[in-house]
Amino acid sequence: MGSGAVWGLAMATFVATAVEVVEALTVVLAMGVTRGWRSALVGTGAALVALAGFTAVTGYALVTWLPRSVLQLTVGTLLLIFGLQWLRKAILRSSGHKAIHDEDAAFRKQTEAARAASSQRRLALDWFSFVISFKATFLEGVEVVFIVITFGLNAGNVPVAVIAAAAAVVIVGAAGALARAPLTRVPENTLKYGVGLMLASFGTFWAVEGLGVLRAGGESLTWPGGDAAILALLAGWFLLSRALVARYRKATEGLATEGATR
Amino acid sequence: MKFVKAFFRFWYEFVIGDDWKIAAAVVIVLLAGALAVIVGAGGTALLPPLLAIGVGAAFTISLLIDTPPR
Repeated sequence: MGSGAVWGLAMATFVATAVEVVEALTVVLAMGVTRGWRSALVGTGAALVALAGFTAVTGYALVTWLPRSVLQLTVGTLLLIFGLQWLRKAILRSSGHKAIHDEDAAFRKQTEAARAASSQRRLALDWFSFVISFKATFLEGVEVVFIVITFGLNAGNVPVAVIAAAAAVVIVGAAGALARAPLTRVPENTLKYGVGLMLASFGTFWAVEGLGVLRAGGESLTWPGGDAAILALLAGWFLLSRALVARYRKATEGLATEGATR
Repeated sequence: MKFVKAFFRFWYEFVIGDDWKIAAAVVIVLLAGALAVIVGAGGTALLPPLLAIGVGAAFTISLLIDTPPR
């Protein structure tokens, strides 16, 4: 693997992980600021432990039991669905059909919900804060695990993907801890669009390759051009998303013109 | 029971997200691909690009159904 490819893998994993961590951080900060830090941090820590267990079990199962094609089909399908969900939101946001994601607004919404929630205590913890922090960290964390598995295995270099993801967690986490506020300066909508394109491209590549499990012998299907097909898929998803943004924008502008001439 | 419900809800939210039509679109195209592989088209070089086009078309249809341009 050339150094360019290593940096490409590291950057792709870093950016995708950073976006997930920013989202989890906003929720944990909202819980910490409004309901106290102890339960929010215990919830986050418990989620990280659960995530480590999930990753160990998943990793063991993947390495020992699953043929490569089954792994590609399952992880690829999940990644494709995640990627297309992100792309859908990015298209609707770029064309003005959906409000731009704003970490400040998300933070406000979470703090309002936290203030309104009852203060039930279990195991000497504020249960609401614990559960919400746990859920946000675990949910975003599982997505990171799938991203690391796919990007790492596809490039044949899981350690680099793990290091890049860990770096994103440390850097974004430290920035959040210093700021004690949601990271609104991170260009999250643009990053999400890029990550959506990457996930959709890798997901399509892997899910289709994985269909080979149904062949006699079970070996993966082969894309014309091999791994270079990922670049073609990336270009294809980008062009389709731009065409859809243009279609939605045209409809919005048409409506505005119609309204002005009335 | 509450835990089981919460468990399945978590995984539904995780995998399906807020628009089930996208997951359905992906599954439909992959099922069509699976059928093609089963009938012996797995060795055809054209199959992967055709499936990619299929996923793109299914995504477009699901998006337009969910949010018609207004």
